Amino acid sequence: MPGSGEVGDWKMAERSFAKEVQSLRLGDGETFEGEAILAVTKALLQAGVGYVGGYQGAPVSHLMDVLADASEILAELGVSFESSASEATAAAMLATSINYPIRGAVTWKSTVGTNVASDALANLASAGVTGGAMIVVGEDYGEGASIMQERTHAFAMKSQMWLLDPRTDLPTMVRMVEQGFDLSEASHTPVMFMMRIRACHMYGSFETRNNRKPSFTAADALAKPERTYDRIILPPSTYLQEQEKINERWPAAVRYIREHRLNEVFGPADGAVGLVVQGGLYNTVMRGLERLGLADIYGETRIPVYVLNVTYPLIPDELEEFAAGKKALLVIEEGQPEFLEQAIASQLAASGCPTRVVGKGPLPRAGEYTGAVVLEGLRRFLADHAPEALRPVREIVVPLRPSAQLAANVPPRPSGLCTGCPERPLFASLNLLQREMGALHVSADIGCHSFATLPPFNLGASIMGYGLGSAGASALNRVEGRRAISLMGDGGFWHNGLTSGIGNAVYNKHDGVTIIVDNGYSAATGGQFIPSSRGEMTGRDLKHPIEKAVRGVGVEWVRRIGTYDMKESMSVLREALTTPFRGPKVVIAEGECQLNRQRRIGGLLKRREQEGGRVVKERFGVDEQVCTGDHSCIRLSGCPSLTLKPSSDPLRPEPVAHVDHTCVGCGVCGEVAHAAILCPSFHRVDTVLNPGRWERWLNTLRRRVITWLAGAPREVAS
Amino acid sequence: MSAPSRPISLVLGALGGQGGGVVVDWMTRVAVASDWLIQATSVPGVAQRTGATIYYLELFPAAALPADGRRPIMALMPSPGDVDVVVASEWVEAGRMIQRGLVTADRTTLIASTHRSYTVAEKSHPGDGRSNPAAIREEAERAAKALVAFDMDALATRNGAVISAVILGAIAASAGLPFKREAYRQAIRDNGIAVEANLRAFEAAFEHLAAGKAGADGGESRQQAAEAAVPAAFSERIQGEFPEAAWSLLRLGVARLLDYQDLRHAALYLDRLQSIAAVDTTPGSDLLKATAQGLALWMSFEDTIRVAELKTRPERLAQVLRPSSPRPGAIVELTDFLRPRVEEICGTMPAGLGAWLRSSPAWRRLLGRWTGGRRIRTSTISGYLFMRSLAGLKRWRRLTLRYREETAAMEAWLAALHQAAATDPALAVELANCQKLVRGYGETHERGMARFRQILAGAISPADGISPAEWVAEQRARALAEVPSP
Repeated sequence: MPGSGEVGDWKMAERSFAKEVQSLRLGDGETFEGEAILAVTKALLQAGVGYVGGYQGAPVSHLMDVLADASEILAELGVSFESSASEATAAAMLATSINYPIRGAVTWKSTVGTNVASDALANLASAGVTGGAMIVVGEDYGEGASIMQERTHAFAMKSQMWLLDPRTDLPTMVRMVEQGFDLSEASHTPVMFMMRIRACHMYGSFETRNNRKPSFTAADALAKPERTYDRIILPPSTYLQEQEKINERWPAAVRYIREHRLNEVFGPADGAVGLVVQGGLYNTVMRGLERLGLADIYGETRIPVYVLNVTYPLIPDELEEFAAGKKALLVIEEGQPEFLEQAIASQLAASGCPTRVVGKGPLPRAGEYTGAVVLEGLRRFLADHAPEALRPVREIVVPLRPSAQLAANVPPRPSGLCTGCPERPLFASLNLLQREMGALHVSADIGCHSFATLPPFNLGASIMGYGLGSAGASALNRVEGRRAISLMGDGGFWHNGLTSGIGNAVYNKHDGVTIIVDNGYSAATGGQFIPSSRGEMTGRDLKHPIEKAVRGVGVEWVRRIGTYDMKESMSVLREALTTPFRGPKVVIAEGECQLNRQRRIGGLLKRREQEGGRVVKERFGVDEQVCTGDHSCIRLSGCPSLTLKPSSDPLRPEPVAHVDHTCVGCGVCGEVAHAAILCPSFHRVDTVLNPGRWERWLNTLRRRVITWLAGAPREVAS
Repeated sequence: MSAPSRPISLVLGALGGQGGGVVVDWMTRVAVASDWLIQATSVPGVAQRTGATIYYLELFPAAALPADGRRPIMALMPSPGDVDVVVASEWVEAGRMIQRGLVTADRTTLIASTHRSYTVAEKSHPGDGRSNPAAIREEAERAAKALVAFDMDALATRNGAVISAVILGAIAASAGLPFKREAYRQAIRDNGIAVEANLRAFEAAFEHLAAGKAGADGGESRQQAAEAAVPAAFSERIQGEFPEAAWSLLRLGVARLLDYQDLRHAALYLDRLQSIAAVDTTPGSDLLKATAQGLALWMSFEDTIRVAELKTRPERLAQVLRPSSPRPGAIVELTDFLRPRVEEICGTMPAGLGAWLRSSPAWRRLLGRWTGGRRIRTSTISGYLFMRSLAGLKRWRRLTLRYREETAAMEAWLAALHQAAATDPALAVELANCQKLVRGYGETHERGMARFRQILAGAISPADGISPAEWVAEQRARALAEVPSP
């Protein structure tokens, strides 16, 4: 039974970069080959960064994992690294760069993380920085994104931080990290470095330079502390800071960007029309031009292209030069609102330039700018404004329209909980409880458990943000009658849920039930450790029980359940929903993340097996002849390893349930069959490797007696 | 292959756990070792879990680069009409690639595994909600320049590897890439993960395709169980008394009931069907067949005795207790999960006694002590003997409460069929098909039975506007498709 026995190989994070981080040591003139996320890390070291922090989340989870795995290299360089408690923590960490000439970098998933960090970011941007400050934001937009669709651009504008969106090409990205720090220092302004989902995992190469040790360290700062009144966020400094932003920092940034040519122009000097492109979309746009016969594969284009590697601020002179003499510009800007298009149009209008500015129109207002979308947008723009350019050199094959028959046979494949996930029995218990007590209001949260909102569980009415499940039910928590259930993950709990949810519930005398899913990791982001993790890790202090924290803020009614024991879980949840006790009720649902558990104990079990130690491997199975094929078990559990198998019974052609070879023996099948009074089809097979002598003897005896009693197998089983 | 003027593009759609990332690593090694430029990107499904991940690779030969140092600009995502090779690691994912427009007849080679990893929607259907593989094949043949389809999962399993190695073999053999077979082998060695198994599976896939076997095995082939041996007397009776179209089905039914109970039970089956055959006079009617199928299942209802018998069969024990580990001396233990309720206990008792105990609150409480989740260790002698003695109650099955109640219900059904056959043959067929609703165990069985009774009762006075047969068909379809709230 999966528990959290504290043995095995504790590893930080799902993916290990232990081998790859060696490339962070490459020096002058050597060639780096690898993923962009690692390349950006290398660039931070080349830029002489002094401290790094951040909060994990796709698409930049791996940046945090790389840094964690690179602790040795970071220590050699004297770079401090912290896994921040939240994005707000990470942003606040940049405060060091306000007073001291230390370069700092932090990272998170945007825009969700930027939302959380906004308070600190706004203050940082107002105070301004001495040492370069960079925020690497993973722009989670378009296909593969797991959050609401918004733009980081708005944050850059509202706080006046510069936004880099470099061409997705490793040498350019690395150069932009280095120059980004220079820009930050030249303009005393924090800089955001935007990485799109696909760019993060892009494999490529660049020529490296030596890493730079930070010239000023935290020790130097502590030895000679500095403060200047005008960097404090209080009036009247804040008024002066606003003036400084507009009158000094902004012009300084424009000057630096123009002088160092951070933006690029490609193609002929003249032309009737031109394209203004976010750096991150450059590759897509060039492929579109190439397919239209207007560019070659190397980027030689017949249509002039102005690439904004810095999308905020705009450089008026550069823009006017590019626009001069052109009839129309197409602004290729992903996401909405169309900040760039508006800014470009107003800039050109103010300068009296007659060039038409077009963007959303030929291009869609919302959604990801995929290859097909950009191609179509280019074609439309050129047809309207430069039809003479549009001579299709190569015929573009339009794919066949898939038939309705195909659509009917390609069911969606939503994400779901992993095989053996401890949250599966929790949600099955909740659903069985609803069968008994009627429908309940469930306030969901961010994390793996948000998959409970999908089939087959269909649990959860709203998701308000990371760690906000409990807060999301606040308005329903003070009424008499039925109680609402809130979910919260352990990751979200430590991120902010302890205060925003639990502390709030205590103070406001909530009467609802909060289930804190304690799987031991920040699981959805890749299995990073959190304060309540049971593992061991140098440089981090773990094993802080959630229960202690919850009781510490004043919750009196706290129960802990092991999710795999559905009978107990249901009885505790039933009690929580019906007890006469008034006040917040917290149920801590424990069960170690199976993905991480397998990584933790997999190697250990293999070693033990090879050394001749006793190892039991459990697997579940379905007796095909006993299964009547109504699939209730699947609807309750949804386990990936519990699937279908064609029936071999011609009288009953419906497929039967089947447990495939990926089963990890978590036991939920048996629990579900018992708790839901399902069917007697399930069995568990325990394979004992290297059994003891007595065990073997007993087994032989049993097998002989049973074979004697049962007789030999018949040839054909009906 | 002459040097391409633009990058070769390859899309790989893989599911979580299939090793898509490893394929990309291998391909990167192959390209780099062969002096080709490669750019690889991926978009993981939401939160990297069980969803699908799309990997995109662009490849360009260093030999074709211009002398001035310029490098080709590689795209980060596949575009419809601009993909050379699409690899789908599962059959519905192949359909999804076509749906996304990534497969075009002018240039795309589609390499797909025909095996299925069922989606939640397909698995949750209370009947058969599976996608039709033939529909995807039809579309794949229409959409692709070339289609290479075979069961990669089976080949991987046979070679003790993950499907990724078979995918690599299929790419090497069929994608039309200019890399040497040895380069792929070396990439597997250099990567260092499960090298032996992966090499074995890689070679197997390569050979499989080189031998031109692709396309030969299509989708899932379902093997119909051989028609069971039926005693001659029954065969003669079937042939003498029933129309030929039903013979095969009746033989299956007889075989099932002989296995379930005895000769008398099988004879009763044919007796009951005879009365239906007598009224099934409409040409082309399916009444007899539908009834024969439903009745065979109903007369072999899954009571405690049946479950215990199936679980103690020597062939079941032999199969389940076969060690799956190659480690010598491994032993296997078996635990069966049963969950009897008072109803199941009383149902196995003599009818009068069972009915009385079941209706007595005091006895229910007492019997309640033996209910609840039970784990029977069938591989121990005591566990086996317990199950075997339950199975041994078979000889007294006709006396049990469950048998009496099931008999009454099925006779009511047969009577309804009989009656309907005379006045409304279409209704009779629809009612016969309703037996499908009565299945499962415990509460599932009770729910199904309740729906069945509702339909049987409602059919007499159907709602306005539609015929009774239509009403029943609609109600049945609805009941079968409705996913009971969990």
